[in-house]
Amino acid sequence: MSGVVISGVGMHPFGRFDGVSTTDMGVAAVRAALAEAGVSKGGFQAAFCATAYGGVATGHKVLSRLGMTGMPIVDVEAGCASGGAALMLAAGAIRAGQYDTVLVFGTEKMPKGIIRSSFFEPWQEEAGLAATPAFFGLRAQRLALTSGVTKEHLAQVVVKNRRHGVANLDAMYQKEVTADQVLASRVVCEPLHLFMLCSPNEGAAAVVLRRDDVSSTAAGTPVRLAAAVLRSHLPGAVLSESTPLSGLTDDTVPAPTTLAARAAFEEAGLGPEDLHVVECQDTDAARELLSYEEIGLCAPGGSGALLESGATTLGGRLPVNPSGGLLSKGEPLGASALGQAVELVRQLRGECGPRQVEGATTALAHTVGRGANAGVVILTR
Amino acid sequence: MVRPGLFTDGDPPALLGSRCTACGTFHFPRHDTCPYCAAEGPEAVELPSRGTLWAWTAVTAPPPGYEGATPYGMGVVELPHGIRVITRLTVSDPGALVFGQSMELCVVPLHTDDEGNDVITFAFAPSGAP
Ligand SMILES: [Zn+2]
Repeated sequence: MSGVVISGVGMHPFGRFDGVSTTDMGVAAVRAALAEAGVSKGGFQAAFCATAYGGVATGHKVLSRLGMTGMPIVDVEAGCASGGAALMLAAGAIRAGQYDTVLVFGTEKMPKGIIRSSFFEPWQEEAGLAATPAFFGLRAQRLALTSGVTKEHLAQVVVKNRRHGVANLDAMYQKEVTADQVLASRVVCEPLHLFMLCSPNEGAAAVVLRRDDVSSTAAGTPVRLAAAVLRSHLPGAVLSESTPLSGLTDDTVPAPTTLAARAAFEEAGLGPEDLHVVECQDTDAARELLSYEEIGLCAPGGSGALLESGATTLGGRLPVNPSGGLLSKGEPLGASALGQAVELVRQLRGECGPRQVEGATTALAHTVGRGANAGVVILTR
Repeated sequence: MVRPGLFTDGDPPALLGSRCTACGTFHFPRHDTCPYCAAEGPEAVELPSRGTLWAWTAVTAPPPGYEGATPYGMGVVELPHGIRVITRLTVSDPGALVFGQSMELCVVPLHTDDEGNDVITFAFAPSGAP
């Protein structure tokens, strides 16, 4: 079976950009990725556009502006994992021999404030049960109980990621915070303070995928897409990202992230011990720690200790979120997973300057959210 | 009532759930199909109205579409029959609650609608609370 390589990446920074449209940002990211890949009009046979709030035919609007249409253009929505879903579809089509070059991009302008999601029914909103940060808080409280995670740990996740983000010019926040500042920010939903939650925002990211036996004029080291997996939830976990109203008194139901990670490791023929760098879903500080356990970066219950050891800080054994994560970048849903892919491609090429993970050759990206949807992508060089 | 078919407002009130006749699993709210085994036609049951506190927090700012007071408590209560439910709590100070404490179902006002009627919903309160 032929493999898939990423031959070009591009970004529109994540942040708030009044007067810049979803289409404008998509155009910027796609243009940069195509240029890097050495691909022009007619050079790709399909395009997948990840977006959750972009509206009808978001991908068509971007590619029409670039004068590149005629091929199938499909918008993909899978909540926070939309970009992971788009990568899975594109990679699968290339492996199946349907296309040799596919453009994958995500672009998003999130509404401001707590995200209003059509996922909840009107009565749940009316009853106050559509409070997304409350679910994060409840999950964080359980993690405190099962893994000994303290508020200090949660603050340290923010300190770490914000420090990483200082060197990322595409991040919304490029300024360090101290643990005291994090803990002095207002409580949103115990145990989570405001600075422990990422900001929904705007941005775009794009990658060009190619079958590995197709000749290419791309600049830079080719990076291999070793796995791109999407999974949904199994029923039973009351605090699942699927936000059910009930669940079972059974704590062994595997999380969607665990399902996706296991499948991705199998697809890549690799394990957590092979990883050099990870970008994971840090919607809130506890979510990053939970991801360590669900992906298998540590044993269940070991996330607080792994953080404390410094392993996941730049310079440690397995840096997590060297880009600064969503806590620094903010979260434009459709673009966030592709933003991770862009970061990790640059990490594997050794292009990340002060936030470079030295010698990294194997990387994992993880997103999880509403649906539930979890995406895990593994890249190698 | 914020939505008919979720709970009864008798004394005591009860959550309206279902029990799958194929796999025996309890679920809330009522569904036509068991989410665990996909068997159709689970039997309608009233869930036990007492349980224990499994997780809790407080919502400090009104989420989208919510017109009631803040802060308010939100949490997970574990009921007999192996089921946990997401619920409002009558206690909005997280420091006033402890893991495993006894909780009981109650009915609380949310807000007043355009016609001046109180809209009510279900919540859990510490057992024995006034
Ligand atoms: Zn069943």
